[in-house]
Amino acid sequence: MNVFISLAAVVFLFLAGLLGAGAGLDALFGIVIPYIAIFLFLGGLIYRVMIWANVPVPFRIPTTSGQEKSLPWIKQSKLDNPSSTLGVIGRMALEILCFRSLLKNTKTELHEDGHVAYGSSLWLWLGSMAFHWSMLIILLRHIRLFIEPVPGAITFLHKLDGFLQIGAPVFYVTSFIFPIALLYLLFRRLGDPKLRYISLVNDYFPLFLLIGVGISGFWLRYISKTDIASVKELTVGLMSFRPVTPAAISPLFYGHLFLVCVLLGYFPFSKLVHMAGVFFSPTRNLANTNREAHHANPWDYPVKVHTYEEYEDEFREKMKAVGIPVEKE
Amino acid sequence: MNDKSKSIVGLVIFLALVIFPVLYNFAVGGAGPRPELELPEGESRCVEDKDFMTAHHMDLLLEWRDAVVRQGKKNYTSQAFGEIYEMSLTGTCMNCHTKRETFCTRCHDYADVDNDCWGCHVEPEGQ
Ligand code: HEC
Ligand code: HEC
Ligand code: HEC
Ligand code: HEM
Repeated sequence: MNVFISLAAVVFLFLAGLLGAGAGLDALFGIVIPYIAIFLFLGGLIYRVMIWANVPVPFRIPTTSGQEKSLPWIKQSKLDNPSSTLGVIGRMALEILCFRSLLKNTKTELHEDGHVAYGSSLWLWLGSMAFHWSMLIILLRHIRLFIEPVPGAITFLHKLDGFLQIGAPVFYVTSFIFPIALLYLLFRRLGDPKLRYISLVNDYFPLFLLIGVGISGFWLRYISKTDIASVKELTVGLMSFRPVTPAAISPLFYGHLFLVCVLLGYFPFSKLVHMAGVFFSPTRNLANTNREAHHANPWDYPVKVHTYEEYEDEFREKMKAVGIPVEKE
Repeated sequence: MNDKSKSIVGLVIFLALVIFPVLYNFAVGGAGPRPELELPEGESRCVEDKDFMTAHHMDLLLEWRDAVVRQGKKNYTSQAFGEIYEMSLTGTCMNCHTKRETFCTRCHDYADVDNDCWGCHVEPEGQ
């Protein structure tokens, strides 16, 4: 059920963009909605991050995956259990660029004869890496549509990505890997009953949305092409606040763009915001200096104390009167 | 203690990355406009209709290449106009679009397309 709702929603959104622009609403889908989407994306992200930023930083959580800094002759695991800022940067970089936690993913299986087996499970990591990295490269390549003149580095990226030199326009490896990796991630959810049971609309919808963006983009480049120069006029217009909607752009482009806008607007309010959230992982971003430095509890507040001296000052006369010894006469 | 200052630094960096295209276009003094193309004089139409040519000219070129190189064909009948053209990059396309610099390249630079056709195919001598 969750699957079908999500799929239907994405198909509906795509058709809305396609038919809407086809029916002459290009200014809505090409100008108004993109601006709203960017606003929601940036505003929502700032809002979410500021909420997290105001939360007190917890006590450092030493992870068990590596030897902490100890006596000089015990070798420290500097990346897994860092004690310096540099080490933390290293650990974060590996997490963000290589998804190291995901790499440590394991699976547990109960076999027919009743014995339990544990094994490493690399497919999720592989699918995830393939998807995220190809998306990054696609986004970087898309910069050619947003700026003029295009810097050489972007042209170089095009050459690299098109190294197979098949077809015209040349075939980009990432534009293929992107939807394939996403389809794997989708079927991973669908294929495993345990995983299917815990999957919600919030899990399927972003997957279908990204698949929709990927396939419509693929279609736009290789199958039903549109005038890229006019598309660039539109995007550059958006970027320099002089928006235009050239007539030569096909509705398919607006279908692609509308799905992207929905993705941008949805991003900060969904699980996709883990892009920012990963930076706040307390087990990854805090150096293990538990034994080296004093860490005060962040939510300690000044406790109002009443010392014995003050107590005596207050009750001295009464104490003397009943014969209790006092320290100061 | 919380990570407010670090978070704000992170947000500012991210924002700068997202609005990089806006900043870049301002820095270069306004993104260049869509280039003016020099269309061949004395000709009123291309091989196929203009919209098709703008978006799909590379398909046509590959179709021509395959027809010539693999099937040994020579002529192409325009589907829009019924006119017959010899299938040749240099001999046909560049016969009308004589100046590559002010036509193909100008548009390709704008769209950041880069192709290696001219490493083998000859260009018409500048006219
Ligand atoms: C209106 C702009 C425009 C003009 C004029 C133009 N092109 Fe293109 N051309 C493009 C765009 C845009 C692409 C890439 C499409 C894409 O990236 O989806 C392209 C791609 C190509 C490709 C495939 C390149 C690759 O990716 O390997 C070839 C070949 C090509 N053009 C040849 C020509 C020739 C020859 C001329 C001149 C007779 C020409 N084009 C004129 C816009 C133009
Ligand atoms: C008979 C002369 C002639 C030939 C041959 C010819 N063209 Fe054209 N081409 C034109 C004319 C004229 C136009 C402008 C059409 C218009 O404005 O309606 C044009 C337009 C174009 C455009 C669209 C430019 C734009 O402003 O978007 C492209 C791309 C193009 N031609 C590429 C080619 C390619 C590639 C070939 C070879 C397959 C070719 N032309 C062969 C005369 C020709
Ligand atoms: C490695 C060299 C080489 C490159 C690069 C190359 N070609 Fe060719 N091309 C040839 C050869 C050789 C022929 C065959 C010529 C013949 O049989 O007359 C040919 C034939 C063609 C033909 C049909 C015949 C003619 O005279 O035009 C077309 C069209 C064509 N190529 C288009 C392209 C396009 C478009 C590109 C760029 C994407 C390209 N070629 C890149 C070598 C090359
Ligand atoms: C999340 C963001 C986006 C993703 C994942 C995405 C994905 C893709 C993919 C996979 C392609 C296939 C070709 C390629 O790999 O270059 C593509 C093509 C395309 N996309 Fe996107 N896209 C995104 C955002 C945008 C935006 C914001 C625009 C413009 C406003 C846009 C315009 C286009 C155009 C015009 C093409 C055709 C390119 C060509 O013919 O070379 N895309 N997109």
